[in-house]
Amino acid sequence: MNVPGELQADLYKGFWVYMEQEEGRLLPVGLELLGKGRELADEMGEVLTAVILGQDIAALGEEALRYGADEVLLADHPLLTGFNTDAYTKVMADIIEARKPNVLLMGATFNGRDLAGRLAVRLSTGLTAHVTRLEVDKESSLLLSAVPGFGGSILAVIKTEFGRPQMSTVSPGIFKPLEPDDVRRGKVERVDVRLRQSDIRCRVLEREVVPAEDIGSAERIIVAGMGTGGDMKLVDDLAAALHASTGVTRPLVDIGVAPREKQVGSTGVSLRSKLVVVLGASGASHFVAGLRDADTVIALNKDKEAPIFDESDVCVVGDIFEILPRLLEELEGKVMVV
Amino acid sequence: MVPKPEEVTLDPETKTLDRANAENVLNPPDKNALETALRLKEAHGGTVTLISMGPPLFRKYLELCLGMGADRAILLSDRTFAGADTYPTSLTLAKGIQKLKTCDLVICGEESSDASTAQVPPGLAEWLDMSLVTFADEVAVHGNTVRARRTLGSSYEILEADMPAVVSVVVGSNEPRFPDFDRVEEAAGSDWVQVWAAADLGLKEEDIGLKGSYTIVHELVEGEPVERKREFLEGGMEEKVKALAKALEPFLEA
Ligand SMILES: Cc1cc2nc3c(=O)[nH]c(=O)nc-3n(C[C@H](O)[C@H](O)[C@H](O)COP(=O)(O)OP(=O)(O)OC[C@H]3O[C@@H](n4cnc5c(N)ncnc54)[C@H](O)[C@@H]3O)c2cc1C
Ligand SMILES: Nc1ncnc2c1ncn2[C@@H]1O[C@H](COP(=O)(O)O)[C@@H](O)[C@H]1O
Repeated sequence: MNVPGELQADLYKGFWVYMEQEEGRLLPVGLELLGKGRELADEMGEVLTAVILGQDIAALGEEALRYGADEVLLADHPLLTGFNTDAYTKVMADIIEARKPNVLLMGATFNGRDLAGRLAVRLSTGLTAHVTRLEVDKESSLLLSAVPGFGGSILAVIKTEFGRPQMSTVSPGIFKPLEPDDVRRGKVERVDVRLRQSDIRCRVLEREVVPAEDIGSAERIIVAGMGTGGDMKLVDDLAAALHASTGVTRPLVDIGVAPREKQVGSTGVSLRSKLVVVLGASGASHFVAGLRDADTVIALNKDKEAPIFDESDVCVVGDIFEILPRLLEELEGKVMVV
Repeated sequence: MVPKPEEVTLDPETKTLDRANAENVLNPPDKNALETALRLKEAHGGTVTLISMGPPLFRKYLELCLGMGADRAILLSDRTFAGADTYPTSLTLAKGIQKLKTCDLVICGEESSDASTAQVPPGLAEWLDMSLVTFADEVAVHGNTVRARRTLGSSYEILEADMPAVVSVVVGSNEPRFPDFDRVEEAAGSDWVQVWAAADLGLKEEDIGLKGSYTIVHELVEGEPVERKREFLEGGMEEKVKALAKALEPFLEA
């Protein structure tokens, strides 16, 4: 084991962004990290490198250059077509051990978190999860990664002093990609992939990628909690009257009332909506984490002590099943013209 | 065990977390993990051992879980474990699991609701050199393999992993049973719970706890609070409905 302190940190150079691809397309979070990575790499005086694993991914390398990378490393191999935890961990660990980057950022997606968690132990280094703010420490030039705890009321600023690369997984939707620059050029290098079938102990038998509705960017949204009793009819009616999308709290997904893509919260979607109407949700910290970037929050709950009211602009104490039918009548005739 | 997230506050002077007043609860996905283990035991036999790293007060939660049907529990408890990030946490848990000698499946929750890193299960797979399935919502055993449905947002994949394996289970993926309180009582203070310290695991002080952690808290700051108006609509039902419709009006014209 690599005991903290043994490491010669100055051997580690380069600012890397791992770009996750799915079905041959780069996920937005990778482009967002290249945007932020550009700024931080310049501040640290590091080269910004995009790393992409997959099969037939040359075009993705060019795309990463347009979005700000100085250079790209491509690991192109039939066993890397889709995410496989064993194959991806081995290939990433090999590249990192050979080239010794100083920083490695990854998206805090399901696959990104799986891979990052293994790499940190395999490489003996520090990993910070679900980061929402990144900066460079002026004194030490170390990466400072801020993590919201407990519903965002507290931010812990974390650094890795001993251990390289300094690793963080970053939540999707936090940073903005750069405008693509079509004339930007850079080196695209193919790395050697040493991978055998026997390296793979966990096999993907079936994969179903459902193109998901992105409720995060809905202008107006009605979010149902358990207080609706899973009765989506009233919710849908209100959504129709307001030309709004619909979302739900996690327990409604768990009982099968709505698909996972409609879940709002820390393990679901963060809303950037102008209007969010929350119906019968208690306001658990995991849920309200998804409301932080919304403009106006209106909440309806029969319990006047419900924590959701601390997170709302307009608070309505009352029973959904009494108020909504009357509200729908009231709204009739005021229905907007789009 | 995790503190209820809503009840943890930041001490504005010392900039440290105040968990003392927060009520502790079992980490919700860990209940789903235990339920998964108990169902596999019912289907295939074997024993379910609980393993947890934490202070002595965790014992009473382990007794509750024994009441749900687990066979025995190991509490990894030592002052030197304190302050661990996920690196020494997964190392310590891995040493405890290795000391059990036989283990086909290590079932975890998807993430802890206080740290929310989801890094311990992949870390365990590395230390133990086992295969890994994260974020599963269905888990079955076929011969020497575990078959699981892994959730990926709205998508999913079916995986087949060689055993021994580490599997993490998502919250809400099953309905955890209630503890049998006679069994909880029987577990209380019994030798069903064993406590192992660092020395029992052959771990050195520099490898564990705060000293064995690579990540360091540089500082704790208050998050930018979201300023909400918190305007309560007054009056009876009719007045509230009218006021609510009015509040929605600007958005109708958007
Ligand atoms: C690791 C982890 C991750 C999680 N991630 C998420 C996440 O991303 N998103 C998420 O939502 N949750 C998440 N959760 C779950 C979260 O902690 C809460 O359990 C969940 O948000 C509660 O959902 P709810 O508010 O709909 O239900 P409840 O907490 O049961 O609240 C129901 C509310 O409805 C009110 N009510 C009941 N009847 C009526 C009525 N007739 N009229 C008006 N009001 C009524 C009640 O007063 C109550 O406040 C996560 C949990 C864990 C452990
Ligand atoms: N101290 C611990 N003791 C036992 N299990 C743990 C501990 N910390 C984390 N885990 C397990 O790892 C899962 C993920 O936790 P985390 O990586 O901290 O988000 C949890 O749901 C637990 O199953």
